[in-house]
Amino acid sequence: MSAYLVRRALQAVAVLAAMSLLVHVLLALMPGDPVDLMAAGDPRMTAADLQRLRELHGVDRPMLERYLAWAGTALQGDFGWSRAFRRPVLEVIAPRLWNTVLLMGSALALALAIGLPLGIWAAAREGSMVDRVVNLACFAGAATPTFWLALLLMMLFAVQLGWLPAGGLPPARSGLAGSLRHMALPVATLALAEAGIYARHLRAAMVEALAEDHVRTARAKGASRLRVLLVHALRNAMIPVATVAALGFGGLFSGALVTETMFAWPGMGKLIYDSILGSDFNVALVALLFATLLTLLGSLLADIACAALDPRISLAEAGRE
Amino acid sequence: MRRLYALVVAAIASIAAPLAGEAGRAAARDELSIGFTQYPSTLHPMIDSMAAKSYVLAMLRRPMTSWDASWTLRCEVCVELPTIANGLARAVERPDGTRGVAISLEIRPGLAWSDGVPVTSADAAFAIEVGRHPASGVAAQEFHRRVERVEIHDDRRITLHVDRLSYQYNDLGDLHLLPAHLERPVFQADPGAYRQRTLFDAEPTRPGLHFGPYRLAEVVAGSHLVLLPNPGWPGDRPHFRRITIRAIENTAALEANLLSGAIDYIAGELGLSLDQALAFQKRHGARFDIAFKPGLVYEHVDLNLDNPLLRDRRVRQALLAAIDREALSRQLFEGRQPVAHSFVNPLDRVADPGVQRHGFDPARAQALLDEAGFRAGADGIRADATGRRLSLELGTTAGNRSREAVQQVLQNQWRRVGVEVRIRNEPPRVFFGETMRRRAFPAMAMYAWISSPEGGPRNQLHSAAIPSAANAFAGQNYPGFADAELDGLVDALEVELDFERRKALWARIQAIYARELPALPLYFRADAFILPKWLAGIEPTGNQHPSSLRVEHWRARP
Repeated sequence: MSAYLVRRALQAVAVLAAMSLLVHVLLALMPGDPVDLMAAGDPRMTAADLQRLRELHGVDRPMLERYLAWAGTALQGDFGWSRAFRRPVLEVIAPRLWNTVLLMGSALALALAIGLPLGIWAAAREGSMVDRVVNLACFAGAATPTFWLALLLMMLFAVQLGWLPAGGLPPARSGLAGSLRHMALPVATLALAEAGIYARHLRAAMVEALAEDHVRTARAKGASRLRVLLVHALRNAMIPVATVAALGFGGLFSGALVTETMFAWPGMGKLIYDSILGSDFNVALVALLFATLLTLLGSLLADIACAALDPRISLAEAGRE
Repeated sequence: MRRLYALVVAAIASIAAPLAGEAGRAAARDELSIGFTQYPSTLHPMIDSMAAKSYVLAMLRRPMTSWDASWTLRCEVCVELPTIANGLARAVERPDGTRGVAISLEIRPGLAWSDGVPVTSADAAFAIEVGRHPASGVAAQEFHRRVERVEIHDDRRITLHVDRLSYQYNDLGDLHLLPAHLERPVFQADPGAYRQRTLFDAEPTRPGLHFGPYRLAEVVAGSHLVLLPNPGWPGDRPHFRRITIRAIENTAALEANLLSGAIDYIAGELGLSLDQALAFQKRHGARFDIAFKPGLVYEHVDLNLDNPLLRDRRVRQALLAAIDREALSRQLFEGRQPVAHSFVNPLDRVADPGVQRHGFDPARAQALLDEAGFRAGADGIRADATGRRLSLELGTTAGNRSREAVQQVLQNQWRRVGVEVRIRNEPPRVFFGETMRRRAFPAMAMYAWISSPEGGPRNQLHSAAIPSAANAFAGQNYPGFADAELDGLVDALEVELDFERRKALWARIQAIYARELPALPLYFRADAFILPKWLAGIEPTGNQHPSSLRVEHWRARP
């Protein structure tokens, strides 16, 4: 197990190094540099201003030189400064990361809380009206465009009923209740879309698990319907769901651009989008690397979860391969 | 079970409680929540230029001078606007024989930073020192570079010695005072790191950074800012005891926030586009006051004069005669955006009402194209004797619904006179950051300029402002327009102090522009201010200075 973890850690380092170079190259290849963008927004800038600013921001230096300079300081824990926000990159990312974790974590929890029981219920009544209704709801949830769902919820709960705020972070003076009210609509938007996906995955896996021999044996031995579902079938059926949930772990930190934009929720998705469009290279690079790292971690968690759920999977053997 | 029920009731009550608070706030109407579509990435008054920052800072501080809603230049920080006539500005002979100007300023009495420290001449001198330092990060340094010397007479009186006497000598909108007592140590520690360490971004709520009617009390990056009255402000007392400015980028969400009462007002400077505002007016016009203010944003189609098809003036004139801009403005914008006949807004005192107007005249357009040698082919598209088709590409910023709608109308109208137009739009970043700056658009590009009242056209029309590798792609003369007479007029205009003579130069420039048509004028964009019926005192300016510059005059109607 430890050899497997060491191997995965080394792989992660190699992937991150490659990603940092790839992302840096892709950002540098984007049309226009930060100074071009400044000039486009400020007609007072002269040729002398442009030249001075290119030197000041280092965009007149060759791409590889810039990358090596960044990598050198990053290895010492200094990830540079945000050009747009004029703050250290980690200082820019930290509050947005917290906002995103709060939003996406709550949405994931709610999605699982809705999706898993629905999946089990539908599988237990395969082919029935319940199954068909759940299926339809799941497809509708997964297929509904997020921005549209966000608008619908906003119009209903904020405009028509006036129960909840239409978006934004809670003001500093609002307490826990204020925070919950502000989170309700964006969390619901994300969760309703995700819940359908989890329910569909679990239903399919449960239907398969319920047809297996060990489940039939359990039934023959007189196990209750609930015990068969939750103890004998669910454990096997959770493997694909755990994989999907763990792979979505990276998404917890890279944010949800559309939902964040619709609800004016300053999170990582919006930050990454804005930093790429605004040529804020350091922020974009570090945020994308962070998302990569978390996706790798999610993949590792998926493997561990699968091994825990299915005794036939051995991480120790995987480490020896 | 009872305990569970009690818990649920308590939870609902705690969530509902803030609603009662909001209702109370609305009834008292001493708080205001404003929504706009952009969050300012910096709050430093001199680093980077963005509309959101200008809007917020206008409530916190003042530039030395500004253009008011009647487009009159006024002094904000000084006691009297310096002019040659009142003797506060005087022409001086420089050692090289050229004319400079000495501008005397007296800072208004009683002005103090929000920590109580008086605003002094040292703050103005420090601002200029920062503005001209090559490593300070100030993007446009032209104004500060031109200040050769700063003479401090006492705490409130100062003279700026500027190396050039231009007609805009007393437009000091680029001079933003900085609190020397707070910022000088940061700057002196390392001028090269100043842009990253400035307190305006490191500690934006620190008392003493601003001197306007309000001070910053809370900043949540990317989300909102909270402003409270500055007790040291010597001007009119502001009515609202708390202003929250929320950044909501998505305009549908912005509307929903307004309708739900989460925000009270959508700022016109950074709010709904005109078509969205018109649609909103139809649906909810009874609940809100909607003010439309045409301004200095000039929508037009640049023509790349390097394109052989567009080098012929007759083709350019035909393109303009073929489009019905009056109908376009009426049908798409309900006539709220006045048709442009030159780049000078009719509200500007130098606009020439007699400038040549190219009305909608398809017959004339056809005649001009015939004259230029383009005859209609079998498919209706014109071509010249060599078989060169009159086929042009029109680009604009992808995702801008108004522009895309206008594009469709133009394409259709040009097709009727035998001009084929292919649409190729790009994201704004690519369009402005690459295509326009490098003059890489093959034929036509639709976008807007923003200028200032009586703002000189050097950057857009002088041949020295044609972007090229030689000038590091500076300048915005994207059509590549080069006219010796116009260059001379722009040079002469800038140093002409007599208004009547200057107006004649402006008229000649507008005449050349209307004749040569390096760009096709479309319309002047209007901002839509969506106000609750109880809010009064907001006066849209239509110029580069936002309405928030007079925030102390905003009131709640009884």
